[in-house]
Parts: sequence; C-alpha cells; structure tokens
Amino acid sequence: MKVVNEANLNFLSRSSNESYARIATAGFFTQLDPTVDEISDIKTAVSEAVTNCIVHAYRDTLGKIYLTVRILEDRTAYIKIRDRGCGIPDVKQAMEPMFTTAAQEERAGLGFAVMQAFMDKVTVRSNPGKGTTVTMVKKLQSRGEHD
Amino acid sequence: MVKLEEQEKELTAFLSGDIDHHTAKEIREAIDLKAEQCRPEQLILDFKDVTFMDSSGIGLVMGRYKLMKELGGSVTVVHVSAHIRKVMILAGLDKLAVIQK
Repeated sequence: MKVVNEANLNFLSRSSNESYARIATAGFFTQLDPTVDEISDIKTAVSEAVTNCIVHAYRDTLGKIYLTVRILEDRTAYIKIRDRGCGIPDVKQAMEPMFTTAAQEERAGLGFAVMQAFMDKVTVRSNPGKGTTVTMVKKLQSRGEHD
Repeated sequence: MVKLEEQEKELTAFLSGDIDHHTAKEIREAIDLKAEQCRPEQLILDFKDVTFMDSSGIGLVMGRYKLMKELGGSVTVVHVSAHIRKVMILAGLDKLAVIQK
C-alpha cells in the first residue's frame, strides 16, 4: 500500500518512555481525525508492544527501540516496533493468551492478545539473539461515520 | 498514582493518571502495604481518574485479587470507562472481581 506519511522515532528501553511512545503515536495519527476509541485502541497496542521490548527483549540491559508510524492509503494506520534484543524462541507460544515468562512481576501474559484485539492485523517476526519486529495495522473509520 | 482511604472494613484505592508497566509497581506497593496493615474485608479500586490503562492494569487487579483472597476479603472495581472495561473484559477480569461502571 502507498505510504501517505511517515515518522520515525527511536528511544531507550526505559519504562518512562512507554507513555512517550504512545503519546507520540497518538499525536501522529491525529491528522487522520480518529475517534476517541480508535486512538485509545492504538495507544494501548503501542503500550503493549513497547512494554514487551522493555520487559522481555532488553530484560537485564538497556537498548534502543525503533518506532515507525505510517499513514497508508485508505485511512490505514501502520505501526512498526522493532528492537535488537534477545528475540523470542517460540513466537506462537509467546502469543498465547496468559503465557508469560514474568509472572512474578505481575505481567498478565496478555500483551499480544490486547494488540490483536485492538488492531486489525498484528505480525511478529523474531530472530533469537537478534531482535523482534512487531507490525500492526488498523483501518480507521471514514470521516462522517463518526458517532 | 494512588490515594488510599480506609473506612471501617473497607479500603478504597483512588487510582489516577496512566496505569502502565512504569506506574503499576508503585501503585501495587502502596496498596499492598496499606492492605496488609489494615486487613480490610473489601478493597475498592476506583478508576474514576484513570486516563489510560494497558494490560499492566490487569496484572494489578489480578494481583490485588490474590492478596485479598489471602486476607479473606474481596475486590470491587468501580468507575471504569468504556475503554478500560474493554481491556478488563478481554482478560476475563469480570469473572474474578465485581466491575461497576
């Protein structure tokens, strides 16, 4: 699909950047005049993906998280979140609801389930030892369909 | 952020701001410290001033549910916005705690 607009951001895997990532993403997509629900869905999905990078990919270390946001044709929001962390040995298992490797930190194991519920499409590619890329797509309502 | 109020056998936690992985730890520690001191029969988590919540909030509610079970009490979640409700229902939290609008 044709790229209408794009922005790139990279930041350190500090938990204080979780809010920065979702607010920056929400700010970029305001140009599409999304509904409040759509923006909440996008912010939640980004928060989950970025938290995964911080909690899992860069578990005992500090690394960079790369966020790309794009507006594709037909009011489609595209988000890519990439890290160069530890990678996921079994992506299918990691995406199962309630599966977590950080239960003692009260991680519910719902990050990917939330991303899948709130976005139209979620793709995860991972190379153990090299990193993980999560891409998410959501088509926004056309203007005039708003409540 | 969290403000705690104790009244008879009830402990109410007034949550505010964004609940994410970054803020959840501090909230959890404050609630647990107080709950272990006053051992309430009911813990009320008030979401009225919560502006955002991701699945970290699910871990927060589930963890408090476990704690209250140990203390022989229950958890009630109140003033939940439509979006936060959506995250909670997705996690099946409505089966563990009473969720009120």
